[in-house]
Amino acid sequence: MIDLHGYGPRLLEGALVTIELAVLSLILAIFLGLLTASAKMSRSWLLHRVGTLYTTIIRGVPDLVLMMLLFFGGQIGINMITDWLYDQFNIDIFININEFVAGVFTIGLIFGAYMGETFRGAFLAVDSGQIEAGRAYGMTQSLVFRRIRFPLMMRHALPGLSNNWMVLLKTTALVSVIGLSDMVRVAAEASKATREPFTFMIIVGIVYLLIASVSEWGFARLQKHYDTGHAEAN
Amino acid sequence: MDALMNGLEQLLAGNSIFTLQTLGYYGEGLVTTVQLVFLSLLIGLVLAIPLSIGRGAKRAWIRLPIFFFCYVFRGTPLLVQLYLIYYGVVFVDGIQDTWLWLILEKPFVPALVAFTLNTAAYTTEIFRGAIKSTPKGEIEAARAYGMSQRLMMRRIVMPSAFRRALPAYGNEVIFMLHASAIASVVTIMDLTGAARFVYARFYAPFDAFFFAAAIYLCLTFAILYFFRYLEKKLLAHLKPATG
Repeated sequence: MIDLHGYGPRLLEGALVTIELAVLSLILAIFLGLLTASAKMSRSWLLHRVGTLYTTIIRGVPDLVLMMLLFFGGQIGINMITDWLYDQFNIDIFININEFVAGVFTIGLIFGAYMGETFRGAFLAVDSGQIEAGRAYGMTQSLVFRRIRFPLMMRHALPGLSNNWMVLLKTTALVSVIGLSDMVRVAAEASKATREPFTFMIIVGIVYLLIASVSEWGFARLQKHYDTGHAEAN
Repeated sequence: MDALMNGLEQLLAGNSIFTLQTLGYYGEGLVTTVQLVFLSLLIGLVLAIPLSIGRGAKRAWIRLPIFFFCYVFRGTPLLVQLYLIYYGVVFVDGIQDTWLWLILEKPFVPALVAFTLNTAAYTTEIFRGAIKSTPKGEIEAARAYGMSQRLMMRRIVMPSAFRRALPAYGNEVIFMLHASAIASVVTIMDLTGAARFVYARFYAPFDAFFFAAAIYLCLTFAILYFFRYLEKKLLAHLKPATG
């Protein structure tokens, strides 16, 4: 049996942190991605520019640099705002950015840009006749989005989405650098303490591969769901 | 040169963070980053060519190990691979007494090994896809000319596969540049390492990291335009007809 030197429970906790972080950032990324896709497709010149600037900058700078910028800089930025609020309006609040929140925000922000590109392509692939049909039925804009555009778009977006998720999952390892006790950080500490890097790092690697395999299976099922009505065409 | 330095000094006068010294750190960091990325991409590319051919071999004992290598290195975070190799080397018993330690003492070599293996795995898959999408007619034509498997690979399949792989490989190069930022985690003074140092020294996260981010952004655009230029030159025959 593999001797974990008592690090087993902490590794398990770390794995849970990794999964929580990944899922929460995915949700944020999907939300931001939908916003970005809408901004980039909108007729407004300003929104289009803002969307393009966001995706260009995020995709041009390493994840780790952005993460450090937001984590180290975010606290100072927030302190500046709360100080100003205190000076101006005598409102005394204290917001502390912890590593987890910083991690979710940065990873969500980074992958929002990638998701935006995925969603934009997928929205453009939706047949405009379908949307017109929805309008002809008297559906409101939001109902058309919910019942027609979104489900049809998801069919095209899923391959890209699953790809982004796999990259996102691996990116969560970076939060260990800013101090969050995820799986990788626990394994790194354990490696240093026990001088057995292979045991811990290989276990962590296997857990990543496991999560990836399970989500691959999940995405295949989702794809089947959103492929309804198209299955014969392939 | 002296005039330039003087001009720079005047420009920086009154700036407490961006002195000539810190700019020097950034400069050295930039050199380290470029070295690391360039070397790992070059070695990774050389490794990926035979691997991508072997990845499609009929014999399972060639194909399966390569598949496994790609699967593991593409499925786990680069940081974990880096830790594995970095700590794996450091903690081997007695290694510090051998001549190998002279090379391995600096974290540059373990990082280079980790990055090289990682990019080799990704590049293998990219080339594999490109080789697989070779039009059947070209292969049949080569066979009809009586070319051997090797000659066909060299003259027909690989040249066109490389061209088709170009856009995806350009993305891989940018990905590698961004991934190299984690070298700073194992105490390498790359561009991110320099930014972390400046941040820690002056407690000025915005200045320190924005400057590094701007340099990365410039590098990314340089790579992007270089590959666009290459694509324009090498893939001209695939361009849709205009007019």
